[in-house]
Amino acid sequence: MGFISNLKLGFGIWIKKIFKKKKAKIGLYGPPNAGKTTLANRIVKDWSDGGTMGTVSAIPHETRRAVRKEGLVIEANGSSIELDIVDTPGMATKIDFRDFMAFGLSEAEAKKRAKEATEGVIEAIKWLDDLDGVLLIMDATEDPYTQVNVVVIGNMEARKLPLLIVANKIDLPESSPARIKAAFPQHPLISISALDGSNVDELYKAIAIHFR
Amino acid sequence: MDLISGEKLDRLTSMEKIRLILDKVKTGRIVVLESGLTPQEEVRLIEMTMAEIRLDEFSGIEIESYPAKKGGSFLDKILGKKVKGRMTVIGPANQLRTIEKDQYQISTKVSIGD
Repeated sequence: MGFISNLKLGFGIWIKKIFKKKKAKIGLYGPPNAGKTTLANRIVKDWSDGGTMGTVSAIPHETRRAVRKEGLVIEANGSSIELDIVDTPGMATKIDFRDFMAFGLSEAEAKKRAKEATEGVIEAIKWLDDLDGVLLIMDATEDPYTQVNVVVIGNMEARKLPLLIVANKIDLPESSPARIKAAFPQHPLISISALDGSNVDELYKAIAIHFR
Repeated sequence: MDLISGEKLDRLTSMEKIRLILDKVKTGRIVVLESGLTPQEEVRLIEMTMAEIRLDEFSGIEIESYPAKKGGSFLDKILGKKVKGRMTVIGPANQLRTIEKDQYQISTKVSIGD
């Protein structure tokens, strides 16, 4: 990116700040089974008149198409922000149909799921070009140093777009949000359980601050 | 295993780097990049990997690098200089497995003849 492009980008950011843009398109990203759709469903339940974003499953890559919900108004910290949220398929660098067969799927079902999952990852990547910010959902019981996390964070930093890390599954005793914070100390982090709703109010406050 | 120097990577375009890596990995080679890829190149590599997955032949890649260092100097940012990637290891998903990784060390296991 050259000097002129940087100037334009910086000018655009200042314009947004001056006019306090209060509508943002936010993507929910993360590895498969981190709890993206569970969180998307909770946000929709809390801030709209009902419905869900998608189904939740223990089998990885349950979400294989990005789903967008428009016009969610989140009120927190005495202000409100209008969000379009995009629940994206889980990002991965490898997809082997045999892994799905371990969950009891037939070979035909597993192959179909694998094919759709590869398309889903491509779709999730394409969405990166069309977002104002990202909620990066991590499973707090897992090692945070995955390449998917590194790549999503690197891309948001390169695009100078806001990123909020969500350490999910704190309802599980083995969860360790501190491990995630130690891995990516340069970004804000909120610990929640999308499943039982623990601390989601703090997440909404953080969304109102970071994505304005 | 191929160790590719930073000088060679600097001479290639993004697409040439990605094509070079995928062609090597699809034939079972492990590739170590001295200076790594930019975040944008890494995400394009994942995208192209997904497009080239074949059910019984190629199930994808294992790729590991360290989290990016915090951006360069103020002058670098003004001049639009990219933050360089860090040493990266890439291999076929069925042969290269990451055992442990932190900010300073990546431990991997390579299987031969899988």
